[in-house]
Amino acid sequence: MSVSSMTRDTPIHDGSSGTYLPVKGFTEMATVTFDKATRVYPGTERPAVDALDLHIEDGEFLVLVGPSGCGKSTSLRMLAGLEDVNAGRILIGDRDVTDVQPKDRDIAMVFQNYALYPHMSVADNMGFALKIAGNPKADIRKRVEDAAKILDLSEYLDRKPKALSGGQRQRVAMGRAIVRQPQVFLMDEPLSNLDAKLRVQTRTQIASLQRRLGVTTVYVTHDQTEALTMGDRIAVLKDGLLQQVGTPRDMYDTPANVFVAGFIGSPAMNIGSFQVMDGAAQLGQTRIPLERSVLATLTPEDKSHITVGFRPESLEMVTQATEGAFAIKVVLVEELGSDAFIYGELVGAGQAAKDIHSGAGDAQLIVRVDPRNVPMKGDTVWVTIRPGDRHVFSASTGLRIPI
Amino acid sequence: MSQSLQITAASPDPALLDLPWHLPLEDWPEETLAALPRGISRHVVRFVKLSGRVIAVKEIGETVAYREYELLRALQRLGVPSVVPVGVITGRSDVDGERLEAVLVTKHLQFSLPYRALFSQALQPQTTTRLIDALAVLLVRLHLTGFYWGDVSLSNTLFRRDAETFAAYLVDAETGDLHDRLSDGQRAYDLEVARVNIIGELMDLEAGNLLETGIDTIAIGGRLVERYEELWTGLTDAESFDTGERWRVAARIERLNALGFDVGELDITTDIGGTTVRIQPKVVDAGHHSRRLMRLTGLDVQENQARRLLNDLDAYRAAADRQGEDEEFAAHDWLTTVFEPAVRAIPRELRGKLEPAQVFHEMLDHRWFISSEQNRDVPMSEAIESYIQGVLTHRPDEKSVLGVDTAVLPRVTE
Repeated sequence: MSVSSMTRDTPIHDGSSGTYLPVKGFTEMATVTFDKATRVYPGTERPAVDALDLHIEDGEFLVLVGPSGCGKSTSLRMLAGLEDVNAGRILIGDRDVTDVQPKDRDIAMVFQNYALYPHMSVADNMGFALKIAGNPKADIRKRVEDAAKILDLSEYLDRKPKALSGGQRQRVAMGRAIVRQPQVFLMDEPLSNLDAKLRVQTRTQIASLQRRLGVTTVYVTHDQTEALTMGDRIAVLKDGLLQQVGTPRDMYDTPANVFVAGFIGSPAMNIGSFQVMDGAAQLGQTRIPLERSVLATLTPEDKSHITVGFRPESLEMVTQATEGAFAIKVVLVEELGSDAFIYGELVGAGQAAKDIHSGAGDAQLIVRVDPRNVPMKGDTVWVTIRPGDRHVFSASTGLRIPI
Repeated sequence: MSQSLQITAASPDPALLDLPWHLPLEDWPEETLAALPRGISRHVVRFVKLSGRVIAVKEIGETVAYREYELLRALQRLGVPSVVPVGVITGRSDVDGERLEAVLVTKHLQFSLPYRALFSQALQPQTTTRLIDALAVLLVRLHLTGFYWGDVSLSNTLFRRDAETFAAYLVDAETGDLHDRLSDGQRAYDLEVARVNIIGELMDLEAGNLLETGIDTIAIGGRLVERYEELWTGLTDAESFDTGERWRVAARIERLNALGFDVGELDITTDIGGTTVRIQPKVVDAGHHSRRLMRLTGLDVQENQARRLLNDLDAYRAAADRQGEDEEFAAHDWLTTVFEPAVRAIPRELRGKLEPAQVFHEMLDHRWFISSEQNRDVPMSEAIESYIQGVLTHRPDEKSVLGVDTAVLPRVTE
């Protein structure tokens, strides 16, 4: 499978944790642990965050991702001390911070406030919080200089913010959080009010900066592309429940359930509910043979149905005669230069075609095709799922069935 | 792909359509602008003349714009002092079809003063602490309604003169959130952000030589925390006493009134034996005096202006020996024979200087001042004449102060 196809425009982060270059002075790091942490809002039945168990390693960049209302921001605010924890605990390192005031948690909410002060030098703009905290002058200067080195701002320290470019000003704002040398950085949708172009640029900056600093970071977003490209690991939440946590690669290759399968990846995975007949998943004229081990997992609750998922790039254009091939009528062609996608309907499935759709919600299948050999709108193409690229889930529980 | 312009507003002004939405705010022609904003902002903001009013236009992401619009509307409904939202405009594109950022439009708050403008005037020594006190009251009021601000600062606040003090208004709700009730953590964090931001802003003024020398910026930040906590405790703490001391219920309500708050709901519980009573205010509403003045006279003014006007009303009733009579009748006569003639005496060209209630407050001060100077009881009409000639004429216009000349740093995110 080609890596670049995963998110169309940005390479996926490989989830490796071995790339930190901890900088001297920034070595104080900490783990973060949610231990069955629960938040129930007064007057509601269902917890906003339900017994969250999550352990974040020293220096790790963890992304909390999910649709709105999934509990990701609430989880972050619980860690920040802004939401009460009704049950369970939260630890930073070995320290139980469940009942500790936000300002005493040694965390920094990055991007909360990035207005720069026009009359103060860049150095003072970065270090003023330390001055307020009463740190000695020499210590402030040193921390500011260290941060400036990392942020490429050394030569601007004695200038006024007015003399800086937009990007440099943003780095000064980041520097404010960095000089405090917190144990954990928290970021809540920091890119949401940027336009698309700037968002891509800034997300790269944040990710690389975090890796240079090696400070444990928890980052909240609703955008799965952001999650895939930035996080060492991703935690997917839905309805207050942790669905899966793992590296971007784990989430993409082995989603733990139908929800994660449909949520992670762009364009989204094609997912369909098939009837199981004669050892194969059957939808209209489409027949996908199933392994014996998969068939063995069927329960009465499944009512002889199984959910099958396959990514747009897992489909291969073949001839009609190929075993397991099925027909798709092309409705829309999307050419992106390096990639091309067709959006289409399953042929000959009748009403049942509605049961198969892209995980993004539209009742269409998406196929990645060779950009040099793109079918026309209205054509019928035959495709098969590449061996090994098929995901199977229980029809009743939605859980992944290992193959 | 170019999209059509879309305006979301509760009561849209058709004149909005005539503004040059196809231009980035930064390039708006000078003739449209009321003034260039000065100061520090994350976003590009412009003040624009529209149908005889001034509106503030802020370029901001679409979802954030709608969110802030709804939040500001919610704050209006809750009666929290904040800028009034006009609407959100999306689907902007320039002549080449390039997409332009959405904008949030708010009304400019008349007679409001940005803190930088206050510091650029000759400062009364007490001004800084008065601003901080006003901000503490605003923050308590916001927290009582369940609003978490997220970025409390002097620059996200506007101030209006309120008798000898100031009243603070929330300007920027971008980072805010409305909850049923705030946790102690949320309040503490908001307060800490406020403290650090205020000290930072004062340090900036210091660096620009705009602050009186010898001001302890860190202590001023600390004062906000003290004032906030004092007020919060006074408004929300439970107290217990013997059943025999029931007068303490009334005393508590009076104390809250003196702080400018009305008690909407008071929890009173007795223990099983019935020997002690515990009371805790559950719902308190700011504006005790302004509501009372409104009821009596129909005048809509700020809390401390109302306090001052009510005091004058009381003095009027005492002087006219009308204390036995219905308050409403005396109030009506005071309005038509004292307040309105005083305000009408101000020449039209001087009316943009201060709000009427503020002018009246200053006239009262002035009358007291010249009376003690001349050692006689100067009549109001004479005091008014002297105030207009000697004081008001020399005051700056404050009806639409949009900024002062400090460095402009628009959005750091470009």
